[in-house]
Formats: sequence, structure tokens, C-alpha cells
Amino acid sequence: MTATETTVRWATICPLDRLMPERGVAALVGDVQVAIFRLHDGSVHAVGNVDPFSGAAVMSRGIVGDRGGVSTVASPIYKQVFSLVDGRCLDDADVSLPSYPVRVADGQLDVGLPW
Amino acid sequence: MLELVVIGNGMVGHRLVQALCDRDSAGTWHITVLGEETRPAYDRVALSSYVDGVSAEDLTLPSLTVDLHLGDPAVAIDRDTRRITTETGRVLPYDALVLATGSVPFVPPVPGRDLPGCFVYRTLDDLDAIKAAAADAVARPGAGRRSAVVVGGGLLGLEAARALRSLGLSPQVVEIAPRLMPVQVDEGGGALLRRLVETEELQVRCGVSVNGIAEDRGRLVATLSDGVELDADLVVFSAGIRPADALARAAGLPVGERGGVLVDNRCRTSDEHVWAIGEVAALEGRTYGLVAPGYAMAEVVADRLLGGPATMTPEELDMSTQLKMLGVDVASFGDAQATTPGALEVVVNDPVAGTYAKLVISDDARTLLGGVLVGDASKYAALRPLVGSPLPADPVALIAPGGVELGADALPDSAQICSCNSVTKGAIVHAIGDGADTVAALKSCTRAGTSCGSCVPLLKKLLIDSGVQVSKALCEHFAQSRAELFEIVAGSGIRTFSELVSRFGQGRGCDICKPAVASILASLGTGHVHDGEQATLQDTNDHFLANLQRNGTYSVVPRLPGGEVSPAQLITIGEVARDFGLYTKITGGQRIDMFGARVEQLPAIWRRLVDAGFESGHAYGKSLRTVKSCVGTTWCRYGVQDSVGLAVALELRYRGLRAPHKFKSGVSGCARECAEARSKDFGIIATEEGWNLYVGGNGGFTPRHAELLASDLDTETLVKLIDRYLMFYIRTADRLQRTAPWIESLDGGLDHLRAVVVEDSLGICADLEAAMEQHVGSYADEWRGVLEDEEKLARFVSFVNAPDTPDPLVQTREERGQRVPVALGLPGVGA
Repeated sequence: MTATETTVRWATICPLDRLMPERGVAALVGDVQVAIFRLHDGSVHAVGNVDPFSGAAVMSRGIVGDRGGVSTVASPIYKQVFSLVDGRCLDDADVSLPSYPVRVADGQLDVGLPW
Repeated sequence: MLELVVIGNGMVGHRLVQALCDRDSAGTWHITVLGEETRPAYDRVALSSYVDGVSAEDLTLPSLTVDLHLGDPAVAIDRDTRRITTETGRVLPYDALVLATGSVPFVPPVPGRDLPGCFVYRTLDDLDAIKAAAADAVARPGAGRRSAVVVGGGLLGLEAARALRSLGLSPQVVEIAPRLMPVQVDEGGGALLRRLVETEELQVRCGVSVNGIAEDRGRLVATLSDGVELDADLVVFSAGIRPADALARAAGLPVGERGGVLVDNRCRTSDEHVWAIGEVAALEGRTYGLVAPGYAMAEVVADRLLGGPATMTPEELDMSTQLKMLGVDVASFGDAQATTPGALEVVVNDPVAGTYAKLVISDDARTLLGGVLVGDASKYAALRPLVGSPLPADPVALIAPGGVELGADALPDSAQICSCNSVTKGAIVHAIGDGADTVAALKSCTRAGTSCGSCVPLLKKLLIDSGVQVSKALCEHFAQSRAELFEIVAGSGIRTFSELVSRFGQGRGCDICKPAVASILASLGTGHVHDGEQATLQDTNDHFLANLQRNGTYSVVPRLPGGEVSPAQLITIGEVARDFGLYTKITGGQRIDMFGARVEQLPAIWRRLVDAGFESGHAYGKSLRTVKSCVGTTWCRYGVQDSVGLAVALELRYRGLRAPHKFKSGVSGCARECAEARSKDFGIIATEEGWNLYVGGNGGFTPRHAELLASDLDTETLVKLIDRYLMFYIRTADRLQRTAPWIESLDGGLDHLRAVVVEDSLGICADLEAAMEQHVGSYADEWRGVLEDEEKLARFVSFVNAPDTPDPLVQTREERGQRVPVALGLPGVGA
């Protein structure tokens, strides 16, 4: 996804320091569930919270890591690994999570959703 | 291009097309497939999993690029002009025609067999109809459980019975033969099988047939040949199959005496342009109702269509079966019924252990011809490939408990390692020689291990035997094995993942190495599993100290040491479950599980449980789960020791202990073994003299009995040995390796283990005991640890920006008076 600021609406989620490095949190924006992760290097990524393989809203509870240098999260249900950069499933090329832009303003974390 | 028409889109037809597409690099054939069902080809062997929630899509076989016409069966073959006419009037010319029409269920001609409520068990559509009828029956008002009659106690009948039971009905199986699975299993095995599957919810009647079915006040009544009348809401016929050969008969192709299109050793019919494979084909007059022979036929025809020389004989068609039937292992291979002239039978029948094993051997007692295994089929993978080969050891020792364990080196090159795909040991050794150095590589270049998977352990052994260096690397971040990492962490004093990965690994870890390191750190006693960076390493279960279920909710399991629980505690559990709307179930490990708790509810649930004196039962961890016990000398007339007291003491001693895999224990107060201690990772059975200690029993994918490590121990010695055994396991096993394969992997196996932990051959026992003492001394309840820490509590919210809003995707409905999850609709993949 290549959303830019002009095509998204920003929703303020929480203070950035509410996120623990290398663990995720779930957020509810309207009726969209988003999984947000703060990585070791300080970067923040947001993808869909619903695991495409089980239908359960659990992605925020997965283990964060990397595969071949790409930051990843593993679904806690059946353990498929997804890229945190663009939401692609690295175990199944036909599957991906939606990926959302994030920004930090005044210490608050915002997630951008498509209009 | 030549025209090939395949009539039939089942597993065998699909295999033929797949094999042909794989090999026809020159593009000789244009393939058209006609299917009677409107669905794409699916895995009919796994049909019963459909009632357990596996979707039709999951069962679908990989799609192939051919002209596929579904729901349009062939209705006529004109062999003179070589043309097929289909139901919709399509006319297809062919250069070669393959009949893969399979079979139709046999329904005995009894009055009433067409009544509403009578079904056959063959296709997904049949199962849809059965599911709907079962749901109607269960929903009908009135007391009592709904019942079903299954006509036929063969393989399929027992599967149907299991499926009906999981749909909420009580099945009664009626089998005309004097035993269950008469084709695969002999009398002794059938008797044990019957005893093992007979429960209150599944009754078996052998040696009787159904005389008629009648309607009675909206239900059905089946009258049996012995005069018994069985009430039923459904009747399912699974009394055998008949080759679907009507089309071939109409086209004038010769058929066998008992049906089936006659084919020669190339699977060719009397017409050189027409072939038949699978259940519709009769090779030397005989038909085959299993998928493996059908696959073998498909391979032969694929080869022939491309000018190859492949042939087959009935002797080469493998009729072996291995399955778990209603929780009971059953396997049958080779000449299981001892029909070879002069064949000898060797039987080990252990009704106490619930196992039956028979080998059929040649009249000179030198060659293995076949066998039957019921109750424990763990030796199937090693025995089946030996059929037709010289016996490598005394036949009794081959099937006796604790007897000879066969290695892959005992097998001749001609032995079939993978019977599903007819792959010999020779072919696998050859592939290894050509550079296949992993199980995955062997699977892709030989197809071995790609169907039922029972031969995968043998593939591994063959790889190791051939000297292939199987990588011990935990994952891409660590080149070390788990045991090596344990030594590094224990010896270096490193206590964080970050330091470990930066000094001894690379990258930032993954879902494989992080939980493994978390387990190592926990075994070394490094505080609460959520302290500091450790929190980031935990798998979701350990992160939320509860067991993740498929809809994203968790189960909560308080510890009930030894299965003992006071009335007041029972009331608390009931009240908590009621107040939070949790589904409650007593599990096989003597625990009460409460299912359906959402993340944000967990702390409130724990608060009530902890206040009532409960602790976390660690049902979520790779840790000690339960120590099961009978009632021992306290109440039982036969108990010779206090099994409850010992179970409670052991459970409290090892509570919270993290290991490479979850592990369980049991303590039986006498040899009657009511606690099933011999199916546990460590099990204790009381004797007149003290305790017998068994190790390495597992209830995983390949269940096995524990073996005796030491006998007649006093309690102090017993605990000391268990301390050493568990700590040695924790330090040296691979990630996710259960105790049974761990013991097997030790050079010298059980004898080596005994030398280390009983005789202290390595001089490490004092060290192992000290490590366990440290664990016992540092134990603290993990639930309480969260409740007492605001920072940890803050993680238990549904949404970071709406902490108390329940996950809207979690929905429940009521079933049998309790709340259960509504199956999650999957969102569009890739959306």
C-alpha cells in the first residue's frame, strides 16, 4: 500500500510510549482493527489485526522478529509470518494484511486509514 | 496433439492428470476431465474431517490446467468412433480414454432404505445432507440424546460413526461380520478394537444385519436380524462399495465376476484405447477400495500414455492401512488375514495395556508376510516396509513391548518406505546420493512423505544413516541447537535475548528462537516471565498466561494438584465461569478448563481465582501441565500406596517448570493403572515395595507407552530420580522435542538415560539436583505476579485506545446449555 497523507484520515491512538518495544498493541478505529508494533530500532508499523488464516483478531499478539532482514510478525494462531513493512505474508504469496501509515506528533501516535 | 479424456474427477483421476502433466514436457496430450460432482477434486480420504470444521476448500486438491467439466458426467462411450457423449450433450473425441469413475456405495436391498433420514457416506454432498439432518434431529424438542444407526462396521462405517458422534448423535454400529473392520483386522484385533471403541456413545453389534427400516412418529426404526429394534434419527449406510462400471458395461467392455472393468497389468481394458484405474478397475479380476493402489495404477497409466514400460501386479498393490479410529490406533499390512498357504501367525495380545499385535510369517518362519496392530501402531512404519523381506529378528521380539526397535538399516533396498506413493528405500537412498539433504528435498524429488506422512520419521533416519549433516541450527538467527544455547546461557551468565543474539547470533530473532530462549531463561530461574525484555520473547500463551483458542479468546485453567479439589473451590470455579460466561469442561488431565475469556477479562478472572487460593495451572506453557492420579489407598480397595499424596507433592514440586515441550505425569496407586501413568512423560505406579518409575510416554502425534526406568523406589529416591531426569531433559533436548523422541535420540537410548540419571555415569547428578532445588525454591505464581504489578496489568486490554471494548469479532451462541464460539467467517484473503 502506498497511501499518502492526502488520501488518508489520521486517527490518534495513544501516546507513543504506551508501546513496548518489540510487542504489539491492538487499536480500534471505527470498525477497523489495527495491530501496531514498535520495533527495536524505534520505528512503528501498523497492519491489519485480523489474521487472514484463522479470521481471529490476534495479529497484535504475535512475536516480532525478522526474516532475511525484513521486520516481521508471526500470527500466534497458525504461525504464518507477515512483513511489518508492507503486510505481505512471507509464507504464502497470495495472502497479505492491510498495511497502514503511521506518524508521531507531540508524542502521540497516529494511524492513517484510507478514506 | 492427442486427445485424452478422463472420466472421473476423484483422487485417482486427479493423480493421473497430475502425473501426466508433470511428465508430458513434449505436450503430447490435450486432457479433458469429466466430473460427475460439481466440486473440484477433493481429498475423499479426509472426508470425515469435514464434520470437524475442515472446509471443502481445505480438502480441495491442487487445481491443474486441463479442460475440466464439472457436473457433466459422461453418459455414453462410442468405442467404434472413439467419442464420448456427456449429459449436457457435449461430444468429445478421444485417442485415449481413462475410466476413473470410482465406486458407488453399496446399499443392501432392505425395505425402507429410501426413507427420508437414510443416507450414504461418500461425497461432500452426502455429508452436507447428513449434517443438516443431524442438526435437525439435535434441535428437535424432547429428552434424551439423538441416535443414529450405521450399517457397516468397516473402515468407512467406523468413520461415519465418529462423524455422527461429533455431530451430537449416539451412533450404533451394525456389522454383519462377527468383528469390526473384517477386511483389515483379524479376530483378535477386531475384539480389542471393539472393546476400545465401545463407549456409552458408540455401541457395536456384530454378527447381525438390518432386515428393514420403518418410519415411526417422525423417527426411524431399524429392525435387525436378531429381532432387536433400534430407534434412530438417521441411518447411514456404509456397507461397502461397488465399482461404478455401468458406463463401461454399456459400452461392452468386459467386467469381472464381482464387477469392475477387467484390466491387464498395464491397466488397459480389452480395448487398446481404453484404460481403467482406481476402484472401477479389476486387476486380475479383483478390485481395490483404497487410494494407494489407485495411485499406483494412475502412475502406471501416466507412464504408458507417454510410451513407458510400467506394469503392475496385484502383489505390488499395497493394501496397508494405518489410521486412528475413534482414538484407537489400527494398522493392517500385507497378508494380514494369513491367507498364504502354510502361513504362521505370531500374536502378542495384551488386554491390560490395550494392545494387540500380530505378525504373519512364511511357513519357514523366515519371511514377513503381513500383520495387524491395534491399540499401538507405532511399529507400523518400521514393519510395513519389511513385508516380503527376511525377518531381521525374532518375530515375537519385533512386536513385544520393549522388544527390538528396528532401524532403517534393517530394511532392504526394495522395501517400500512410502506406501501411499510407492517409493522404495532404494529410490530414497538414490535421491540422497543425488544431493537431497533434507526431508523437504526428499519429499519434493521422490514424493515420499507427501500423503499420510507416517514415513517421515524413516526419511529422517535414512538421511542421518547416510551421513548427511542435518543442520542443528535453531533458525536463521542462531546456528546453535537448543542444547548448545542452553549451555551458552548457563555458562556465560547472559540473561537477555538482546545480548545473546548480538554475541552468538544475528538479526532480531523470530517466533522460533525467541520462545526457545524464553524457555531457557525461565528454566534458569530468571524471575517472572514478563520481567523486562523477557516479555517480548513469550509466545502469546505465555504472554497472556492463558491458552489461545482459535477465535482469539483464551482458556483459563487453575491448578488442581493431583486432580484434588475442595467443594468450596469447585463452587468458586462455577461462580467465575457463570459470571464471565465461560464454557466449562473437565479435561483428560483432571483439570477444569474455562474457555472463551477475552484478554481484558483475564485479570478479573484471575483475581477471583487467586483470592480463592488457586494458582496458575500453566496450561498455556511448555511446562508441567498435570500430575494425574487415581484415589490410591485413601479410598480404593486395591491401592497399595497413597497415589494422591504423591501426585500432589510432585505437582507442587514441578509447578511452573519450563521445558522444551509441555510435559505431564501420572501416579497410579496399583498396577490397575487407573491414572494411565504409562502414557505420561514420567509416570509412577505403586508396588507393594514402593514406586516404579516409567519415562518417555507421550500422547502426541505418535503416542507411546513409557518404559520402566527404575523399580521399587522409596519416595525420596523416586523424587531425586525425577529431578535428575527432568533437568537432564530440559538441558539437552531440542526445541519442541517431547521426552519420547528425546530418549530415542540419546546415543544408547533408555540404557544411556539410566546410566546418566540412576548410576551418575557423567557425574552431573548433583548439579541436576541443585538446579531443580533452585527452581523449587524460586517458584512464584505467575497470575499473582501480574495482579500485583500495574505495568503488567496494563497489557491486558482489548484495544489500546478502547481498553474495555470487547473484540467485536468474538461472537458466541448456546450449545448444550453453554456458550460456545460462533465459527469465524474468514475475511477475503489478501483484502
